[in-house]
Amino acid sequence: MDLNYSADELAFRDEVRAFLKENLSPTLSEKVRLGKRLSKTDHEEWHATLNTRGWLAINWPVEHGGTGWNAVYRHIFEEELCLADAPRTVPFGLSMLAPVLMKFGSKAQQDHFLPRILDGTDWWCQGYSEPRAGSDLASLKTRAVRDGDHYVVNGQKTWTTLGQHADWIFCLVRTDAEVKAQEGISFLLIDMKTPGVTVRPITLIDGGQEVNEVFFEDVRVPVANLVGEENKGWTYAKYLLTHERTNIAGVGFSTAGLAHLKEICTKQMSGGKPLLENPYFAGRIAQIEIDLMAMATTNLRMIAKAAAGQAPGAESSMLKIKGTEIRQAINDLTRRAVGRYAMPFVSEGLDSGANAQGVGPDYASSVSPGYFNNRKLSIFGGSNEIQRNIISKAILGL
Amino acid sequence: MDFNHSEERRMLQETLHRYLSDNYGSEQRSAAVSHGQGYSEKVWSDFAELGVIGALFAEADGGFGGGGFDIAVVFEELGRIACVEPLMASGVMAGHLLSVLGSDAQKVMVGEVIAGDLKVVPALEEPQSRYDLDAVETKAEQIDYGYRLNGTKSVVIGGPSADKLILSARGDEGLLLFVVDADAAGVERYSYPNLDGYHASDIALVNVEVPTSARLGASQAVLPALEAARAAGVVAVCAEAVGAMDAAKDLTVEYLRVRTQFGRALGKFQALQHRMSTVLIEIEQARSALINVAGHLSAEPSLRDKHVSAAKNLIGRVAQLVCEETIQLHGGIGMTEEYALGHYAKRLMMIDHQLGDVDYHLERFVGVMQAEAAQEIS
Repeated sequence: MDLNYSADELAFRDEVRAFLKENLSPTLSEKVRLGKRLSKTDHEEWHATLNTRGWLAINWPVEHGGTGWNAVYRHIFEEELCLADAPRTVPFGLSMLAPVLMKFGSKAQQDHFLPRILDGTDWWCQGYSEPRAGSDLASLKTRAVRDGDHYVVNGQKTWTTLGQHADWIFCLVRTDAEVKAQEGISFLLIDMKTPGVTVRPITLIDGGQEVNEVFFEDVRVPVANLVGEENKGWTYAKYLLTHERTNIAGVGFSTAGLAHLKEICTKQMSGGKPLLENPYFAGRIAQIEIDLMAMATTNLRMIAKAAAGQAPGAESSMLKIKGTEIRQAINDLTRRAVGRYAMPFVSEGLDSGANAQGVGPDYASSVSPGYFNNRKLSIFGGSNEIQRNIISKAILGL
Repeated sequence: MDFNHSEERRMLQETLHRYLSDNYGSEQRSAAVSHGQGYSEKVWSDFAELGVIGALFAEADGGFGGGGFDIAVVFEELGRIACVEPLMASGVMAGHLLSVLGSDAQKVMVGEVIAGDLKVVPALEEPQSRYDLDAVETKAEQIDYGYRLNGTKSVVIGGPSADKLILSARGDEGLLLFVVDADAAGVERYSYPNLDGYHASDIALVNVEVPTSARLGASQAVLPALEAARAAGVVAVCAEAVGAMDAAKDLTVEYLRVRTQFGRALGKFQALQHRMSTVLIEIEQARSALINVAGHLSAEPSLRDKHVSAAKNLIGRVAQLVCEETIQLHGGIGMTEEYALGHYAKRLMMIDHQLGDVDYHLERFVGVMQAEAAQEIS
């Protein structure tokens, strides 16, 4: 048993720190720290910065232009980015679609799409959920009917994150309605500029528009854009979900969030003293830090297993639940910490590069929207209820 | 023992319920939310006409209520429909301060408030004061004919639509209150919406000169009156929370009935049934805490404040549970602005930031509890 990083791993960590110091602009990290809504350009510029260094595709093998890092290196990298208030990379192309293309896509698809993900030519979004198919994803209804060299797609996807920026969408579509739900699904790549594709943004309770509805009306998609075999899409979707769950514990987010919370508590006053000296509030923070310390080790235990070549299984469900609970608890305390300044809501002031005046201390403007926005953590990516089902079935055997 | 409201209060509740159902749908609500001052002139004058404002005042002050349960029935209905009219600020807290501390000349304002012609809003808290009514740094400097006020008041709910403000300030004699025109020279309002749709102002007081007659009450009477006014305000926001909890619960139960996944209604999954049961149990706890505080609004201050802190703490905790569970049980749809659940969820969370949060009131309750224990020992 050795709880420490190796010398190589520590040297790598220092290398990452030096890179961030040099290349992450204070303007961008401040937007992240203050919880601003990042623009498309913010994301694109950060991707380009990472790509120039060769550190954008951290979960890709070297032959496709990735880093080839093992799970420990990836963890160190992601944690350092969080601690430096770097934007998170947009995962849809990089860590969701790309692994599927590498494993199941044609050579032509790999050669065409993978470089375009790296250089930022294509922004991808995910077409999975539908209005009537949320937790029960396999009940999806969007139809793709073969017509010569094309599929004709009709239906609707929803909760499509950042779909308003996307050039392409990877979709689960029903190609056979006669068989068992999971067996009639295909995995299709659709150009968002195709006639018949409409995107409608959804305003969420934090005032932001990060998710969308995407409608398909007689959208003609070349058969060449089918990934793998027809009606095997569910297998690919499940494969994708295991990749979506890397960094699912979000230890870096929580560590950075906790540091941010403590800093706020040195500035907020309570009874004439900094809030951090109030034993009630300090106790609440301590409780979360204790939980986080243990979860960080649970996370490393899983990472060490993955680095040793064992595929992540149902354990990632544990990390998803615990990780999201801790992140939400930190959001909750940050909201409490700012007192009455949790109430004002100047929505325009939260936009990237906004000139609108906020109210109260600069760190207060986004805490309540952030609290509400992160209610999504326990809903998306397989709700925490679905994760509990997985644990009871796959681990407990119930 | 009787836990039923009196006939008069039931009638008031039914009248208000019917009025809001007919006149405060999502369109009217969003009109008030997007109104620059955060209220609707029509609804406000209807409130006055229906006696909703009068119900918040005692007969001696020209109203026909003013008790804890009068406040509770009104605000429970407002909460049930996620109403954003700033009635609590003007009708409950400012009204209470004017009734208790006002000179005969100042008490004339109470009649105008009841008639819906005047909005008086208390501006008490400051950037550094957190929830402490006594942590006042605004200065009242004596000048020839009165006072000069300098300082900052933060997140004054109802501030944008206020005609007059009740300001707290520290002078040579101690804590002082002043009634000041909201557009007096030197009163600078920066107004904005809150996350829950109410509107508020940050107010800078820059050399605001007021005559001595603007003083409200004697210095030694100020803090006790502020505590009493806050107690009435706590009854109002706790009742509003209970109304909002009921509405959020009803929406969620209905959703669990109609939403199907995996071939059956969500409400047939035992894990979700149990969570909804917990929500129901806790809402009944909240309702009882509200009854406790409303029933002790006129009790002697230490007993009253024990119930104030108990209710505000418990209801703050339950509000968070209801907010988080009803959103989670809905899934993504519960996070969309166009669906009503979010309005209740946001109001429930923001109530925790008004008049002292869960932690503030826990600490105060501990203080009362320790004082009681010390008394028993001695």
